[in-house]
Amino acid sequence: MQVRPVGLLMAGFSLTFAGGILISRAHGQVRSIAPGLAAWEQVYSVLTHPRCINCHTATDYPQQGDSRQRHFANVVRGPEGKGVPGLNCAGCHQEANADSTGVPGGHDWHLAPLSMRWQDPNDKLLSSAAVCRAVTARSKNHNLDGPGLLKHHEEEALVRWAWQPGRRTDGTMRTLPPLTHEEFVAATRRWVEAGTPCPPGR
Amino acid sequence: MATYQLNVNGAHREVTVDPSTPLLWVLREDLKMTGTKYGCGVSACGACTVHVAGIATRSCLLPVSLVGERPVVTIEAIGQDPVGRVVQDAWVENDVVQCGYCQSGQIMCAVALLKHTPKPTDVNIEKSMGGNICRCGTYFRIREAIKAASQRL
Repeated sequence: MQVRPVGLLMAGFSLTFAGGILISRAHGQVRSIAPGLAAWEQVYSVLTHPRCINCHTATDYPQQGDSRQRHFANVVRGPEGKGVPGLNCAGCHQEANADSTGVPGGHDWHLAPLSMRWQDPNDKLLSSAAVCRAVTARSKNHNLDGPGLLKHHEEEALVRWAWQPGRRTDGTMRTLPPLTHEEFVAATRRWVEAGTPCPPGR
Repeated sequence: MATYQLNVNGAHREVTVDPSTPLLWVLREDLKMTGTKYGCGVSACGACTVHVAGIATRSCLLPVSLVGERPVVTIEAIGQDPVGRVVQDAWVENDVVQCGYCQSGQIMCAVALLKHTPKPTDVNIEKSMGGNICRCGTYFRIREAIKAASQRL
């Protein structure tokens, strides 16, 4: 079974199932990509946490809360993912969390583009393989290569916000992704260094 | 308590309040500008809408500590704005208001919409005004007034 190479770093690589074990052939070397895929699964576990996926929706609106319900007040995506005039994201979401009122905030609060949706229109999470393909498709991800993805995960303000999400309106702390940010970046680095392999399948 | 220097309707205002105080209550209680209304307190109705750096903002959930140097414009001064004047005139001519409680927020949102989109479609209007609730149900007249205003812009 041949799997389409994914990601810039995979140029010149080929992925093959051999005896049920995924291997890559690059520069005459053969090595298992299982560690890279394992790292990706860790990354995927974070990407599909509500702190991340609530703004990576497939819909015309963001979601909120751990239950990922539709954002209240008829908030909509808008042409740039920042709401619409009169109802912009920035009309409530400031540059920092407002813990006294429970409104989360961060720099340039906005939705991810639809090309980076990690759920289907019925609110079901996309598979690990589907998210991986989207994340590594430079036509969909603002032309980020592997190092660019690593930098995004390491430095982007709204990514980092997921680990400092502030308090809910009832004063309790919002839940955090399953890895620490350091673990998330380390997993991303291992995945990138492995050539951003994606699992097979839909 | 902390002291903040605010720019409200073009004037410098100094207030000493708890940093967590929402801008709405600073406007109403400390600056005695009661045109901006308290509706739900959770950003769900739009009655408290003001402009902060030109963005329609729900003042009920904006701690004063996060306002910074950004200029704040309220319903008290929107009539001095060319678009705001046109909108307010259209509101009067179309007899939009019933009880009026939500209308300062409605007008502030309508002005934000028309400044960005002078010729809005019905869909534009519905999306931009979708977060502003009117218990009197004046939505149809609001839409007509926005369309009337857009004809003059």
